[in-house]
Amino acid sequence: MSNLQIMSLSPLIFYLLAALLVLAALMVVFQRNVVHSAMALVAALFLTAILFFTLHAPMVGVLQVLVYAGAIMVLFLFVIMFLNPSALEERRTVWWGCGAVAAMLLAAALIAVTSAGNALENFMIAGEPFGSPEMLAQSLFTDFVLPFEIASVLLLVAIVGAVVLAKREG
Amino acid sequence: MMVDLAIVAAKAFLVLFMVLNLAGVLGWIERKGSALIQDRIGANRASIFGFAGMGLVNTLIADPIKFLTKEDFVPPQGDRFLHTLAPCMALFPALVTFAVIPFGDVLILGDRVVNLQVANLNIGILYIFAMASLGVYGIVIGAWASNNKFSLLGGVRGSAQMISYEIAMGLSVIGILMVYGTLELQEIARGQGALIGDHLAESLWFLKPLVGWLPAWGVFLQPLAFLLFFVAAVAETKRVPFDLPEGESELVAGYHVEYSGGKFLMFFAGEFAEIVTAAALMTTLFFGGWQIPYLMRDGFYFPWGGTWLLAPLAVTLLQVGAFTLKVLFFCWLQILLRWSVPRFRYDQVMRLGWKMLLPLAFLNVMVTAIVIIALQ
Amino acid sequence: MAAISLHHYLVLSAIVFSIGVIGVLIRRNLIVNLMSIELMLNAVNLTFIAFSHTLDSMAGQVMVFFVMAVAAAEAVIGLAIIIAVFRHRQSLDPQEMQLLKW
Repeated sequence: MSNLQIMSLSPLIFYLLAALLVLAALMVVFQRNVVHSAMALVAALFLTAILFFTLHAPMVGVLQVLVYAGAIMVLFLFVIMFLNPSALEERRTVWWGCGAVAAMLLAAALIAVTSAGNALENFMIAGEPFGSPEMLAQSLFTDFVLPFEIASVLLLVAIVGAVVLAKREG
Repeated sequence: MMVDLAIVAAKAFLVLFMVLNLAGVLGWIERKGSALIQDRIGANRASIFGFAGMGLVNTLIADPIKFLTKEDFVPPQGDRFLHTLAPCMALFPALVTFAVIPFGDVLILGDRVVNLQVANLNIGILYIFAMASLGVYGIVIGAWASNNKFSLLGGVRGSAQMISYEIAMGLSVIGILMVYGTLELQEIARGQGALIGDHLAESLWFLKPLVGWLPAWGVFLQPLAFLLFFVAAVAETKRVPFDLPEGESELVAGYHVEYSGGKFLMFFAGEFAEIVTAAALMTTLFFGGWQIPYLMRDGFYFPWGGTWLLAPLAVTLLQVGAFTLKVLFFCWLQILLRWSVPRFRYDQVMRLGWKMLLPLAFLNVMVTAIVIIALQ
Repeated sequence: MAAISLHHYLVLSAIVFSIGVIGVLIRRNLIVNLMSIELMLNAVNLTFIAFSHTLDSMAGQVMVFFVMAVAAAEAVIGLAIIIAVFRHRQSLDPQEMQLLKW
């Protein structure tokens, strides 16, 4: 494999997407209105899906939009509307400041760990069909068919559990 | 590189231009068509120098001016940012889905072969479903930001209806994906150029004279899937008979009751753009897209042996024209449907989506799989 | 500017992951906690895809597929629990649910 960069991704696009993603993540955490947090999370998931597209994973990217941003977040919004929170959370500045400092320390530690190795600094361009639906389906139905079946049972269990938990008593 | 970019930009501009114009014209067709169906005249008062143009001036010039010059207000205690964001989120998916719909085969410019599709994604139709699932947000956020109980009720009903019929829509298309063996829309459209006779196995020789001369369009190979998709697509666009979320006689315009002016125009335009999207999808998946029966890239090849060769440019123009005609036909069909049938009740809508369309879609997938394996 | 390498994606994931961690630690709203957990899962998905691209292996993408399925199940159950708890306590503040007995 040769040491090529990602073919058509200019650094400008990556930094733009990265900045927007970090901004959306900050809005999820620091917005006091819950509905605004939820919409910021939708934006963050959408931007992550675009990043997946730049990493030659179109199938996973479109599944992220379909499932995560398109269904799970709608569920979040439904529950938020159902519970109808009227009060905004109070702003505890010192507490939030300490949390921000702790998070920066954590980020610094993670970045230090990932920068330690230098063997994987060159991106290897995979062949054209990499990440296409055919390749994902091939892996999913041959190498990983058992987890696939277990995942479907898991989803069934989750559906039954959610219905039982959220039912009104009596 | 720059030429490639320019070509893609030109295609995108052309498609967007066509869709937005068609959305406007559909507004006029709806007004005038409904007037004809209901045996009345319809809007014809606005005129320029005495030229009223059968209501064209009214719908296409006077109405947009009226919408755009109205006061833009946000309800008190309503969320200002979300109230403005909701119409954008309703319009965005309706327009963006056209990036993968093929409106022609190829255009040959000198030595460059231009694929008449804005973006050739290998995930094809999944992109359309992803954008359709984003369309729910326009309703949910619009209903919430209006701070109005009728609006919220309409929004909750609308989003529940949309997510129910998304599932039926996706499942009904799986049969088509199995038959043509690909997710890409341009390949599905190309695959519908062959005749059914070429696909039939030897064991079904007796069917060859009956149906062998038909082109292998989706509607002939998957009729049940077409019906399911048609119903599900109409329900997705929230048009009558599924327009309970915005029911005019029941919910006071439902989730867009607190919208006026430019924002309402965006919701309105989004709804008509969705009609065009649904029509374009139906043509591409089930009616051959841009295919004219027996027309190959260099001319007509009739099954009885005759040929009629044409220049490539003429072929391209004919195919783009055929696509436009088919899309217009399905748009007109949806408008006709609106003014002919009454509205479903909400529990009837849910029952139809979950208890009738979903099992039928599963049945379709199983039968298609069995037939494909049996014919190999 | 340097070409975009794996390192850039890992740094981005680390930052988003840490932001998710703050969300879980400092916010006193159950739903925002759950959304911060989803943000963390998202950052991890990005790491998986970046490595899958670098190592030219589909295992990373299959893993992300399963993470999404599990995240869906977890979000559903979490929200059902939140609804059930809200019915009793009429509040979404975790501080008000410290006692085992009502």
